[in-house]
Amino acid sequence: MPLLELKNLTKSYGAITVADDLSYEVAEGDALGVIGPNGAGKTSMFNLITGTVAAASGDVYFKDQCITGMSAPARCRAGISRSFQVPQPFGAMSVFENVLVAATQGAGESGQAADDLCLDVLDRTGLLKRANVAAGGLTLLERKRLELARALGARPSLLLLDEIAGGLTEQECRSLIETINDVRASGVTIIWIEHVVHALLAVVDRLIVIDFGKKIAEGEPQTIMESKAVQEIYLGIEVDA
Amino acid sequence: MSAAPKHTVARFSPASRAAFVIALLLLIGLALAPWWAGRADMRLMSELFLYLALACLWNLLAGYAGLVSVGQQAFVGFGGYCLFAATIFLGVPPLLAVPAVGVAGVLIAIPVAFLIFRLRGAYFAIGTWVIAEVFRLTAAQVSALGGGSGTSLPVTVVKSIAASRSMREAATYWMALGIAVAVLVVVCLLLRSRRGLALTAIRDNELASQSLGIDIWRAKFFVYVITAGLTAAVGALIFLQKLRISPDAAFSVNDWTAFVIFIVVIGGIGTIEGPIIGTIVFFLLRETLADLGSLYLMILGFVAIIIMLRAPKGIWGYVRERTGLDLFALSRRVVLPSNMGPTDTNGPSKETDRGSQTT
Repeated sequence: MPLLELKNLTKSYGAITVADDLSYEVAEGDALGVIGPNGAGKTSMFNLITGTVAAASGDVYFKDQCITGMSAPARCRAGISRSFQVPQPFGAMSVFENVLVAATQGAGESGQAADDLCLDVLDRTGLLKRANVAAGGLTLLERKRLELARALGARPSLLLLDEIAGGLTEQECRSLIETINDVRASGVTIIWIEHVVHALLAVVDRLIVIDFGKKIAEGEPQTIMESKAVQEIYLGIEVDA
Repeated sequence: MSAAPKHTVARFSPASRAAFVIALLLLIGLALAPWWAGRADMRLMSELFLYLALACLWNLLAGYAGLVSVGQQAFVGFGGYCLFAATIFLGVPPLLAVPAVGVAGVLIAIPVAFLIFRLRGAYFAIGTWVIAEVFRLTAAQVSALGGGSGTSLPVTVVKSIAASRSMREAATYWMALGIAVAVLVVVCLLLRSRRGLALTAIRDNELASQSLGIDIWRAKFFVYVITAGLTAAVGALIFLQKLRISPDAAFSVNDWTAFVIFIVVIGGIGTIEGPIIGTIVFFLLRETLADLGSLYLMILGFVAIIIMLRAPKGIWGYVRERTGLDLFALSRRVVLPSNMGPTDTNGPSKETDRGSQTT
């Protein structure tokens, strides 16, 4: 039984199609990578899964339940959380309070259990030292870590990561990969949109390629990366047959 | 992962503990005012407490829930008229009528919220004003309460508060003090709760809030309705003190919204301390400048402009940015275990304080 299933999702903004008959499944415990050129509809796909944008047609199934009509907050409480490509911190609240929002609202924890969850997540994402700093004062790297920390604070069963490795140094990237692999090992299913392909390949065991809202390839990461479709469309290289 | 359990979370700071003790002593002193203050002073302080309550409520609405209403006079007036109706027609004792009016305020706010929540931002603000005008015109139609020219509270009702004049004045003073304290306590408890955390998150970022499990509509609805109920109760007390009501006085946008916004904005919107400071500043200005006539309003406007330009977060925002003070213990601080040296924490001196980081 798949944890998440997209069935023929379609969404467009005027002439721009961001999801075109998009269907795929993610099994529990899987780590799925998503690649595709800018504007291909990757982030829009996350918006459709998390419910911040409604699909024109098609359905989303999560834990065998149709969640197409479910609101974004309800989907988060059901176990889907995400990081944003452009960090969206609660600027005037401290880093700890940012995660506490996720722990109390998303994970539904309270009191000591909520505090412990937050401290654990902050420790795992390397933000414990910055716990009392206002989130608005964080550096870009720290903001990205906070995105991850908050998403984990909601204690998701499905974690959606949106270009979380973009702009990191090699060393930062390695520690991020380690953190994400840890998260995966704890049983969380992951869908990760990423342009930093080597980071993606260090974690995921399946890749899908999206272009113009359409899924154009799906399969083993190595096979996909070497496929003609990816080299032509994603990397923009003309491949002679 | 081993470090996490050693950390603790502090919900009180020394400053907030000290503030609590001082507030308690101040409260006792104020409660004893009928024995040490003159009649005029008590009347002025009552008015100050009622304005403080209105300011705290408007601040909760606009500063935390992002609901910028310019129509809170709808609930002040509604509360006043309900009090008059309940005491005159139903014979409810005035002191009992006040909480009942609060409940009525909640009940009337529910349909109003369903209507007004369809509007956003500036449209919401204008919508609330329109609602208040509808309330005012409706009140003017009630001929049993004097229609457009209003009515006075009958002597029998006034006498039922307390037999002697001094006891009546003490009772209304205590009620004003009581409701200001009640509003402050409600606002504090609300903001310290799960729901308050959600509100603060919504204030900072709506997109992230809904993605982290917060139902924004429901959170705002709750605040709107609670605020309306308490505002109606304050309105009831305002007109219990004035002993006379008319549609123009009860639904005055100047008295019950413009001055309140002034108080919150100069004090510091989105903080609990702000409305308290703002109320004190407003009354100081009013009492010292009242003789100047219309010049007084011009000075008020001038002060508002200066503060908005020089300290857009108000007086308390200005102070907090420089001191990191949090008197009402709304923030939660992660405390390092005492046995951990600076080396373990990568130098806590580098850690910038929450207050000074806010830009």
